[in-house]
Amino acid sequence: MVDPDVSQYCLRLGDDALVLAQRLCEWAARSPQLEEDVALMNLALDLLGQSRSLLTLAGAREGAGRDEDDLAFLRDEPDFVNAQLVELENGDFGRTMAKQLLVSAYALPLWQALCGSTDADLAAIAGKAVKEVAYHLDHARSWVVRLGDGTEESHLRMQKGLDEVWPYAFELFESDPLLDRLVARGVAADPAALQPFWRSCVEEVLAEATLSVPSTDWRPSGGRRGTHTESFGYLLAEMQHLHRSHPGVSW
Amino acid sequence: MTSAAAVREVLAGVTDPEIPVLSIEDLGILRDVVVEGEHVVVTVTPTYSGCPAMDEIRSDIVTALSAAGVQDVEVRTVLAPAWTTDWMSEGGRLKLREFGIAPPGQLLLQIRPRVECPQCGSSDTEEMTRFASTSCKSMWRCLSCREPFDHFKAH
Repeated sequence: MVDPDVSQYCLRLGDDALVLAQRLCEWAARSPQLEEDVALMNLALDLLGQSRSLLTLAGAREGAGRDEDDLAFLRDEPDFVNAQLVELENGDFGRTMAKQLLVSAYALPLWQALCGSTDADLAAIAGKAVKEVAYHLDHARSWVVRLGDGTEESHLRMQKGLDEVWPYAFELFESDPLLDRLVARGVAADPAALQPFWRSCVEEVLAEATLSVPSTDWRPSGGRRGTHTESFGYLLAEMQHLHRSHPGVSW
Repeated sequence: MTSAAAVREVLAGVTDPEIPVLSIEDLGILRDVVVEGEHVVVTVTPTYSGCPAMDEIRSDIVTALSAAGVQDVEVRTVLAPAWTTDWMSEGGRLKLREFGIAPPGQLLLQIRPRVECPQCGSSDTEEMTRFASTSCKSMWRCLSCREPFDHFKAH
């Protein structure tokens, strides 16, 4: 069933999950604890699984014969429509956890809403994802509290990481004509409706972590239109090089 | 002519590659078996979105049925309704415990899960990390016998 709007929406959701998974994988063998290595790779695996289902669905609704691999490995930077927040460099562990908190507190109400999508395939993917991102939010919450309400050094670095990624979170709640059409059809979640949960969840965690809500009004944006930050090209180069150097390669 | 019951009997020998004591039926991921003449359709559902065992399970299903003389096999994957550990059979839970993995409790009772040590049976246990060797397990330790163990998370 060809449906360009639904295809593009699934591409946005799939790119968010794929790019975040790739960033998390950069922590492999570099985490502060062995258990944390395992935890981050588990989170990345969930996200990679979600992105595989979403990109497969995006390809099916596009109707041009592209599969998940074509979409993940053979598109260039301006063709990716993930939010800029997920592509930001990891920085230190505190900054990574700040990013995880901001993304997961958005993903939970997003997938909850999409469980009721009028697109049955998207609703089925949401039914799996919603259980997984609940873990992701718990994980990020416990680290942000532990580091924020930890030592003087961990508090400073947690606040610094949060300040750096914070402005990028607001792109997640932007609307555009595509979303307006899909919300009207009952396919997509209305991004503005996700923000109250996100706000209260994040502010509650930050209060417990003795961290301040950043006050900047700067709101970078453009990921959904293919505009990305400088580091994104390097991420894609690493992610795509094997597939492009050896087309059709399999394990 | 193959019957669905005969196919299910063969599939009882197809196990989770990560937890070889559990068949796909015990695990609750075998959704349906339909026989249409010579054509057999086996429907499965993944545990977690990214479960890397799914590809292997799909190929194990084809291999097992082909060895039993069923050549025309189609394995379908469905996502909805989403898998839950509540679909794991009682037999599966017993086998898990004997294998040294604490089985999942009922999902609705999970606000503060009480997990018994599969080694000594003590309830004096604590979670070390929500994430273990596979997505579906968490890592615990027993405060009585001091042994670490895996717990299959209620999901």
